[in-house]
Parts: sequence; structure tokens; C-alpha cells
Amino acid sequence: MLSRLSAMIEKMGKNAISTVESAGRLAVFLGKTISRLWLFRFPLQEVIKHLHFIGARTVPLILISGVFTGMVIALQFYDTLIRFGSVELLGAAVAMSLIRELGPVMAALMIIARVGSATCAEIGIMRNEQQFDALDCMAIDSYHYVVLPRLLAGLISVPLLTAMFDVFGIGGGYVVGVLIHGVSDGAYLVGMADTILWNDVWMGIVKSTLFGLLIMWVCMAKGFFLHIEQKFSGAEGVSNATTQAVVLSALLMLFVDYIVSSLML
Amino acid sequence: MSYSQTTHLHYKVLALTGEVDLHNSPQVRKQLLAILKKGSSVLVNFSELSYIDSSGIATLVEAFNYAKNNALTLTIIAATGAPLQVLELTNLNKVFPMVDLLDDIRE
Amino acid sequence: MVLATENIIEVKKLVSHYGERQILNNVDFSVKKGEIRVIMGGSGSGKSTLLNHMLALLKPTSGTIKIDELDLLKANRKDLTKLRQKMGVAFQGGALFSSMTVGENIKLPLKHHTELDDNTIDIMTRLKLELMNLAGFENLMPSELSGGMLKRAGLARAVIMDPKLLFFDEPSAGLDPVTAVELDELILKLRDSMNMTIVVVTHELESAFKIADKITVLFDGEVVMTGTVDEIKQSSDERIQNLINRRPRNDVVDAEQYIQRLTTGQN
Repeated sequence: MLSRLSAMIEKMGKNAISTVESAGRLAVFLGKTISRLWLFRFPLQEVIKHLHFIGARTVPLILISGVFTGMVIALQFYDTLIRFGSVELLGAAVAMSLIRELGPVMAALMIIARVGSATCAEIGIMRNEQQFDALDCMAIDSYHYVVLPRLLAGLISVPLLTAMFDVFGIGGGYVVGVLIHGVSDGAYLVGMADTILWNDVWMGIVKSTLFGLLIMWVCMAKGFFLHIEQKFSGAEGVSNATTQAVVLSALLMLFVDYIVSSLML
Repeated sequence: MSYSQTTHLHYKVLALTGEVDLHNSPQVRKQLLAILKKGSSVLVNFSELSYIDSSGIATLVEAFNYAKNNALTLTIIAATGAPLQVLELTNLNKVFPMVDLLDDIRE
Repeated sequence: MVLATENIIEVKKLVSHYGERQILNNVDFSVKKGEIRVIMGGSGSGKSTLLNHMLALLKPTSGTIKIDELDLLKANRKDLTKLRQKMGVAFQGGALFSSMTVGENIKLPLKHHTELDDNTIDIMTRLKLELMNLAGFENLMPSELSGGMLKRAGLARAVIMDPKLLFFDEPSAGLDPVTAVELDELILKLRDSMNMTIVVVTHELESAFKIADKITVLFDGEVVMTGTVDEIKQSSDERIQNLINRRPRNDVVDAEQYIQRLTTGQN
């Protein structure tokens, strides 16, 4: 009985230690990557390459998810507002929800699903195939050549994609509210312009920038440290790491979302 | 590595001394292309050359090709030792005209 | 005093752990300039770990590693970078980057570390591809290559800067016999014409006997013997004889214990 208790405590202790080690590794990973900004030249070519994959190629996904999100919010708000006779507030309601909250969070989730998982898998496979060892042996800095460009591309793309999401969402809301349910288009658009403040837009920008950093950081770190953190190597290790990366970045994203909202509201 | 330029008949002779590697092969490239661009065929004298790496060989290939496309010639003189082995390893001894002695070139 | 050829690799009393587990125990290992050294041993003998230490990918628990007179443990980043440009490594699977063509992969060290003209770089790349029998493959992506071709492309990248030191991790694994023999010939040619010192980790006996000047045999993280091919062949050590005669281990069978293991699954 006593030995089982001590075994349980030992296991808890081991888990706690490995969690702290993991967090430490994450922090050092980010620190090393950022330090490359002033230790080496700016990796312009590589950043552009990744902007294409992370940014440009995600636009269709953002378009579809943005439009549908906007449409469903408009529908829900319409149903509520019409009971209070305040249907002319629809534009403001849709836009506020999108810009402050739903835009950053939904766009981030879509990006985690597409870019986060792909990036984690890509980095994990590179680790598996000794490509990072090869870079080390060629005296090419992995953080500067592989990690930093992707991080910067995410930092730039995610806020832009979020902004697009907001626009597509507002458009979707327009279709539902104005075109389908006959809300006055003037009320929809002008109401929006009157109610939205700079602080709301700033909140969206701050959130989406932090999310961009977070997603790329966590997903790349999970792939990068595959050989240390995962029990199984090879394909199974990559798949485990990718699942963990997606879940962790989504949860951290929601946590940061709350922190920023409470600080800025 | 050092080099010197002389003339033999109507050719320009570029004599290479020492070792040609990644750091100094661009200089050799500049010299060779300059000679060829002025319309002279070139003889590259390997007699004092102890080592040449791939960048040096690549430079010779580029110069040889330029010469060919401009009705000029590039000939290797007195290749021995390691440089000769590299030329054999890369099969370029079957491409570059190679001559043992400068004096063998009479025209 | 006349100096014999210097040791370009000098490993002294190397002890290495992976977590709690000890992998290498007091390994002494040195290679002369221009030598072809083969490291052999069964799986788990620590040969890949020894290789990784020489590549400065791992830090030892204790001991010293000197490559071309640079102490790896005391070296600063600049010195290590300069040394690494003189070393080439051919990894087991090629370790090429999947987002670039074969040519771009091979050029990578040149683009990063030299100021050579693009024309020069292109011709150098093609020279190496020709050497590896991969002429015309420069615009293909790694995913379009077979395993053997990937290895050869990785080797082309390893030698693109004409390194002084070349390391091979299992070069013949997965190659058909003809290509494997060609690779052996290539290793010998590279040493002769480019004066390379070559370290090969392998378990292919035929290749080892053909190319090695000396062979180091590892067992359970210790050096059992370093000697010429003949010395190894004549060694009286049973483990070495097993290895080179490809005899399976001759464990003594305890009948009682064996039946117990078979019927109860317990040792």
C-alpha cells in the first residue's frame, strides 16, 4: 500500500519535472530564435517563401470560414435583436463580435488546423531524418535558417488573415441581415462605423499578433524537440507531436485571449 | 597562391603557383576570363601548382567553355600529382587539351 | 625530430551517457591524416554515438575530442564553424531538405559560406553529381529519388566543399551490390586524389575489408581492438571472430530456464 502511494507520488513528481523542463525548453527555443534577428542578417528570401504558404495559401480557408461565421452570428443576433426591436444594431453587433473576439479566435483555430499541424509535422520529419544534424554539421544555424523565417511569416500573416476574416464575416453578415432579412443596408454599415472604436480594432490586432507568434512557436517547438519529448520515434512520434501541438496551441490561444480581453476591456 | 602572366607565341600563359581553393579561385576566374575576353587563347601552366579544388576546376570548365564559344582555346600545361589526379577523377583530362611541356606548343 | 603524420582526429578517454545509461566507456580513438578508418560493431555498440561526438553533435560526460587540433569542448562558435566547413558528413538517409531541388540541396553550403560566382557554383554542383552518377538529376526534388540516389545526393553535398575530413554513416546500407562497390571505389578515389581523411561507420564486412587502412571494433561502448584488416582477421577475440565470420551468438542454453520461459513467460 505504501509502495503504491510512493510510486504514485514519484510519477506525479516525474510528470511535474518533465512539464517544467518542457516549458523551459519552449522558452529557450523562443529566446534563441529571436536572438538570431540581431546575430545574423534578416532572412528575407525565406520569410517571403513562408508568407506564401502560411499567408497566401490559407486565404481560401479564411474566406469560407469567415463568411459562414459572419452569416451565423448575423442570424443569431438578428433573432435576438428583433425581439427588442433593435435590428438596426445588427451591423454593429456583428462587427464588434468579429473584430474583438470571433475574428482572432476563429481565424487562429483555422490556422492552427492547417498551418500549425503542417508546420509541426514538417519540422518533426526534418528532425527524424537528421536534417537538423546535417544543418549543424554544415555550420548553418537551424534557428536562423528554419525557425525564424517561419516565426516571422506567422507573425505577419496571422493578423492580416484575421483582418480578412473580419471583412469576410461582416460581408457574410450583410448577406444574411440585409439581403435575406431586409435590414436596412445603411443601418448595417453606418451603425457599424459609428460603434466600433479604435480600441476594438487594436484589441483584434494585439490578439491576432500574439496568436500568430504563439501558434508558430508552439507548433515548431513540438516538432523540433520530437527526439527528446516523444516516446516513439518515426511516424508515430510525428503524429503524436502534431496532435499535442494543435491541442496545446489552441488551449494557450484561448488562455491568451482571455488575458488580453481582460486587460484591454 | 600566386599567378603570373607571360606570353608564348600568340598565347597568353597564366602560370599558377601553390594551391587554388575556394578562397582564391575567383581571382583565377577573373584573370582567365579577362584574357579570353581580350581575344587571346590561353595556356594554363600547372607546373608549380600543388593543389586545385573543385572551385578551381569549375573555373577552368567555365573558361574552357567560353573559349570554345569564341573560337579560342584553353590548354593545360604540365599537370602532375594531385591536380592531375583531380582532372582524371572528373574525366576532364579527356576534355581539356593537355600538354607536358610549354615548348611543345609550336604554333 | 621527424614528426610522423599528425593525428587529425584524437579522442581520449571518451565517456558518454544518454540520461542514466552509459553508452561509451573510456574510448580512445585516433585517426591519421589521409587514413581511411572503419568503425565496426554490432547494434548498440555505440558506434553511431562515437560518430556523433566527433561531429560535435553530442557533448561527452568526460574525455577530450580534438579534430584538426581543435579541442571541440573548448572551441568557440567561430572556430567550430571554420572547422565544420572542412568536414563533410554523409548521413544514412541522405538528410536532404524536401522543399529544395537536389541541386539546391548540394549548393547550400557553397551559397552560405562562400562568395563564389553562381556559374562556378553551378559547375561545381554538376561536377559532383557526375561523380556520383547523378548527372541530370539536379532539378528533381528529393521525393522523386530512390533511396540509393538520395544517399548519393547526400554524399555529393558532403563533398561539395572538398572537405579534409569525410564521415560516412552506414554508406552501403540499402544499396544494391553494384552501387555499393562503386561507392567503395569512390571512397578510395576521394582519399587518393583529394587527400581526404575518411571515417566510415558500417557493418558491411566486404566494404570494410576493401577500403579500410585500419578498423576499430566496438562492443558495448568499448574499443575491443584497432588494427589493420589482417590484424583484425587474425584476432583471437571471440566477439571479433563472430562478427567477421557472421556467426550467430552461441549462447549456452539452460534447459530448465528455457522451458520455464517458454511455458510461463517468466525468466
